[in-house]
Amino acid sequence: MNITTVTSKKPFWGGVLFIILILLITLPLYVPPYLVILLTTILMYVTITVSWTIFSGPTRYISLASAAFFGMGVYTSALIGKIMPLPLVILAGGVSSFVLAVCVGLLTLRLRGMYFIIFTFSISELIRNFLLWWETTMTGTVGRWVVMVEHTVVYYIILFIFVLALLAAYLIRRSRFGLALKSIGEQEEAATHIGINATMVKTVTFAISAFFMGATGAIMATKWKYIDPRIAFDPLLSFLPVLMAIFGGTGQLFGPVFGAAIFAYLEEILTTKFPYYYMLLFGSILIVVILFLPHGLVGLVQKWRKGGLKRQNANS
Amino acid sequence: MQILEGKNVTKYFGGLAAVHEVNFDIHQGEVVGLIGPNGAGKTTLFNLISGSLPTTGGEIRYKGKKITGLKPHQICKRGVARTFQSAKLFAGMSVFENALAASLFGTKRAISVPDAEREAAELLDFVELSTERERLARDLAIANRKRLEVARALATKPDLMMFDEVMAGLNPVEVAQAMELLTRIRKKGITIFMIEHVMKAIMNVCDRIIVLHHGSKIAEGTPEEIATSRTVIEVYLGE
Repeated sequence: MNITTVTSKKPFWGGVLFIILILLITLPLYVPPYLVILLTTILMYVTITVSWTIFSGPTRYISLASAAFFGMGVYTSALIGKIMPLPLVILAGGVSSFVLAVCVGLLTLRLRGMYFIIFTFSISELIRNFLLWWETTMTGTVGRWVVMVEHTVVYYIILFIFVLALLAAYLIRRSRFGLALKSIGEQEEAATHIGINATMVKTVTFAISAFFMGATGAIMATKWKYIDPRIAFDPLLSFLPVLMAIFGGTGQLFGPVFGAAIFAYLEEILTTKFPYYYMLLFGSILIVVILFLPHGLVGLVQKWRKGGLKRQNANS
Repeated sequence: MQILEGKNVTKYFGGLAAVHEVNFDIHQGEVVGLIGPNGAGKTTLFNLISGSLPTTGGEIRYKGKKITGLKPHQICKRGVARTFQSAKLFAGMSVFENALAASLFGTKRAISVPDAEREAAELLDFVELSTERERLARDLAIANRKRLEVARALATKPDLMMFDEVMAGLNPVEVAQAMELLTRIRKKGITIFMIEHVMKAIMNVCDRIIVLHHGSKIAEGTPEEIATSRTVIEVYLGE
């Protein structure tokens, strides 16, 4: 139904989004650089989580290949960053991940459930170990320097990629393509029997989601200045988007956004304020959310709003 | 005119011949029943026709063109629709979305969203599910699930429909309603190929019946011929 229904709340939310966007754009003008850098990191996590949700949300294929796509972008940036202008480098990072995702997709998307999860995880591990082997035995140097970019530029580029990813996620969700993805997630065999080319739909979506991860990797590499396979293909980056999306709730588009933002901010606060108990606190919060909020933070807000509405009706 | 024909259709699962050199013809406008004891290979034969499973040997032709080797979505777009033995609905989507998805993707020619929406609404009306259109498919009772599966199959605008035990689990009143629905589908000019265990339905609705046993075709004929056939009675009741 989300294809046609136009609710009267749309202009209101559109306005709110516009104001948030203006705030984010003007932010570097009046906040200290530390905050801009923190926000860059948060936006990185949010963008990767939103990209992850584009594919894994509706289809329910849990992909653990995020690190592979992100790392692809990082390495592209390190390899061609010195010889090409920045926008082209970022585009190339996205495209290389896109191509990798098409290959991986055609190979693995026939797998379901556990097999798909393990295979996607193996892909990023394979690339990481292959690169390590290549650099130690073939080139003799592990890791490389990346061209530095001013931190406000990094911030604006990551903001731009985030807006594009969010827009793509929104458009896919409400298009007929989104309905096909949802059908595949619900009952794949039935979906193919009503004329949906499941392999094509899944591969294309997987590649779109990888594109944004690759572009994010390409710009983040310039922030880190030095990268090696262990940094670029950090397996943690495969798990974090899944946790962040579940934390926020995958049912709504804004679930992953809030989930990743709060998650990343929490991590930052806890590491700086409680360096010794950080992991303990973080783990406890995560367990509480997953146990008691099966639909994530957004699910909690919705439940509360529905409860509020009911009370209003009873009073009137 | 033949709409569907199978020549020596064979499927092996390892060493087991689930379907063994089965020949069949289905004519335009006919209602053909497919019966046989459990494990006879009926659903496997349906899976071979719809492309769910690749054949081991033989050839299936639809409207004179070979469809063996095609993917399920391609076969669907040529005009073959099916339902599943255990209704495979998009459980977390609304009744309307279930039908809409089929209208949007089921045909070769592209269709606009408003047209698809109108079509989906009409078909829900046709199977008498209009009142349930906003409910989630998972919340439907069994009879309505079956109706929705039929509507979803119809939304792909088929010329041939395959029903896999569409009446299983229905009570006598619901069986009567299902039979009436089949008659109305037939009046649309759609050819029907159906697996059924409810004998009353098979005998009343079908023009012709094919009997499978251990993967082979053992009999074929009108309902009267099948009901009196010695081989068929032996297979069902033993000697």
